[in-house]
Amino acid sequence: MAVLNEEQEMLRDMARDWATNESPVTEFRKVRAAGNPQAYNADAYAAMAEMGWAGVIIPEEHGGSDFGFMSAGLVLEELGKTLTASPLLATTIAASAIVLGGSDEQKARWLPKLASGETVATLAVDEGAKHDPSAIAASVSGGKLTGTKAFVHEAHGADLFVVAATDGLYLVEKGDGVTLTSRALADQRSHADVAFDGAPADKLEGGGDSLLDDVLDRARVLTAAEMLGMAQQVFDTTLDYLKQRVQFNQVLATFQALQHRMADLFADLAQMRSAVEGGLQAIDGGFGVARAASIAKAEANRVLHTISNQGIQLHGGIGMTDEYDVGFYLKRARVLEASWGSSGYLKDRFATLAGY
Amino acid sequence: MATQLEPDVKAEEDAFREEVQQFLAKHFPPELKGKGSALAGVDGPTNESALQKAWREAVGERGWGTPTWPRQYGGGGLTKRQARIIDQEFAKVGAYNPIGGMGVMMFGPTLLEYGSEEQKMEHIPPICRGEIRWCQGYSEPNAGSDLANLQTFAEDKGDHYIVNGQKTWTSGGQWADKCFAIVRTDKSDKHRGISFMLIDMDAPGVEVRPITMISGTSPFCETFFTDVKVPKENLVGEEGQGWTIGKRLLQHERTNISGGGRLASMMAHSLGEIAKKYGETNEAGELADAVLRDKVADFEIRWNSFLLTARRAVEESKAQGGVSEISSVLKKLGTKLSQERSELLIEIRGLQGLGWEGEEFSKGELDAVRGWLFGKATTIYGGSTEIQNNIIAKRVLGMLDHQ
Ligand SMILES: Cc1cc2nc3c(=O)[nH]c(=O)nc-3n(C[C@H](O)[C@H](O)[C@H](O)COP(=O)(O)OP(=O)(O)OC[C@H]3O[C@@H](n4cnc5c(N)ncnc54)[C@H](O)[C@@H]3O)c2cc1C
Repeated sequence: MAVLNEEQEMLRDMARDWATNESPVTEFRKVRAAGNPQAYNADAYAAMAEMGWAGVIIPEEHGGSDFGFMSAGLVLEELGKTLTASPLLATTIAASAIVLGGSDEQKARWLPKLASGETVATLAVDEGAKHDPSAIAASVSGGKLTGTKAFVHEAHGADLFVVAATDGLYLVEKGDGVTLTSRALADQRSHADVAFDGAPADKLEGGGDSLLDDVLDRARVLTAAEMLGMAQQVFDTTLDYLKQRVQFNQVLATFQALQHRMADLFADLAQMRSAVEGGLQAIDGGFGVARAASIAKAEANRVLHTISNQGIQLHGGIGMTDEYDVGFYLKRARVLEASWGSSGYLKDRFATLAGY
Repeated sequence: MATQLEPDVKAEEDAFREEVQQFLAKHFPPELKGKGSALAGVDGPTNESALQKAWREAVGERGWGTPTWPRQYGGGGLTKRQARIIDQEFAKVGAYNPIGGMGVMMFGPTLLEYGSEEQKMEHIPPICRGEIRWCQGYSEPNAGSDLANLQTFAEDKGDHYIVNGQKTWTSGGQWADKCFAIVRTDKSDKHRGISFMLIDMDAPGVEVRPITMISGTSPFCETFFTDVKVPKENLVGEEGQGWTIGKRLLQHERTNISGGGRLASMMAHSLGEIAKKYGETNEAGELADAVLRDKVADFEIRWNSFLLTARRAVEESKAQGGVSEISSVLKKLGTKLSQERSELLIEIRGLQGLGWEGEEFSKGELDAVRGWLFGKATTIYGGSTEIQNNIIAKRVLGMLDHQ
């Protein structure tokens, strides 16, 4: 665990307490059972915003706390542990785009609302089932955006879309010319294809040529932070289970085969944590972000993939039941794994960045 | 080793092939092409259409659903070669084998080996005709990998037993007619106190509660027995022989899980071809994504060598007579590969490969997602991968228990 300052420790502890007490996995079950395509509890999100979590990366003059990405990552990690369904990740990513590329006017208009939780926002880049920012067809002419974005996270609750078009990123408000088609994925959260048909679009002029890449790197690292929490939780739950389940008159934790397996997973998890924290710190420090983001998400993909599978395997039959939580982590894991870059994509990007 | 066929054997086989072709032309309705057996899975009631029923009856009548089983019990009484001809000819016209399920895969072969003449006459023919669904009453809440720890107790009452206890993860329990179960008849000996018996699922005192799985379906159940009367005729083998019989059944289960027909036919669709549908190709018509191409090739190479291993194992065990310990190796390899394949399929399709419901996903895509989740069980049931490793280390390699 990275060395945290006092502020960060407080933030993490608060997030941990809240997630444990107010937002355990039973809350996700309620959201799922409600069957609302928005797939989060608005009151819970309001409470999160109240605690300042929606404004962690937003400058103070725009209503945020400017605590930085490391802090945002700590919160997302804690929420990932309990699979809290909320648009916090999507909104934070969208906010980062406005922080990096927005004009003073755009910042003044949107950031306070994002920080207060009044507005939910999301980033819409990909137009197919796979992450591919080089293949964008959506375009803007005369201030109107046309095109379709696929599998947009938290689209149902979003009031504001940060949309990648051929010539840059645009802000598009929910409303005329914006149509959602739900795409119910295995994680049972909000996803939709969003069609923009001449929707009024406001360009983010700042941030330079690398704006889209910079925003995507932030999306990768923040997503990896949620994945870290999930991996940690599956690991901890599995370890507890092995220490308690008796077969052959012995607790499973006494079997060397399982001890070695857990030791391997533990080592993997340590690497995942360093990679994710490294990504968050790189963003805060402003150096080597692209490379650090590739490392963070690629390791998150690899380790969560393994841990989510092993979590089921080591629980045996009960791990296969809907009544048990471990399956939810598996399903969410694959959705996040495929978002903002699969392992193959990220390895390719890493190699490209390194010049080979 | 390939052997030259005698000319008259060849002529006989050609004649048989023609017989199968004629049978198919007469009985297999093209509307059923590409469908599967309602009995083979455990994830739903049988719900046959009239056409499916007629097809099942036609195949069952001939015993061709269980082609190598003895004729006197309703099997086909055919040789392995003839059985292969049936497979081939069915595949050519897209026909499925309508006879399946646990009765065919596990229970039938075990009863043929250990059952009394009366038991075989009673239970095997309905299996061959696909009239009966069997479920497996092995696992209990505290007897999973440590199966011999089972506590369900059958008390001897002279001409019958009274059974009390709980089974769990009983796949298809709510749709099954009968259950092959291992139960305790003697509390003083862990292994020798176990007996193998057959229980009617509609007998008074049997209660079944379905459990929902991570794939969203509810194919498996908790099964409770309260003072269930089981006639003595339903004891298979001797009292106390249940562990031996039960383990043999598990060997059949393993062989079927690892390389059995269903898996093989699922794998028949080349991942490379699927990947080409979802991804870009270069001028040569090859997958443009080099990383994915490498992964798919790596998988297909290992899958093919697994198939060769499975075939070699079948030939070797046939030469030795009966199923062998190699079933542990096959189960361990086959289940891992099938899980890897499901994961690769998701990767190939991207988020389109993670659909839970809705018309924006094809049926094949949705089925693959549920199959991916359901498939996580294959390394758990039928003896988990860890247990197979223990079996291989101890029984095959002669490595000793860690003290
Ligand atoms: C989908 C599904 C269908 C099933 N259908 C049936 C059915 O029809 N009938 C039936 O009777 N049962 C059925 N089962 C039960 C299945 O056989 C058991 O789940 C299995 O035997 C494992 O037992 P368990 O779940 O109690 O896990 P546990 O025995 O508690 O095992 C938990 C983990 O510990 C590992 N482990 C246990 N012992 C050791 C050891 N000595 N060394 C190393 N690792 C070890 C296991 O491999 C596993 O990973 C089904 C299970 C599933 C998931």
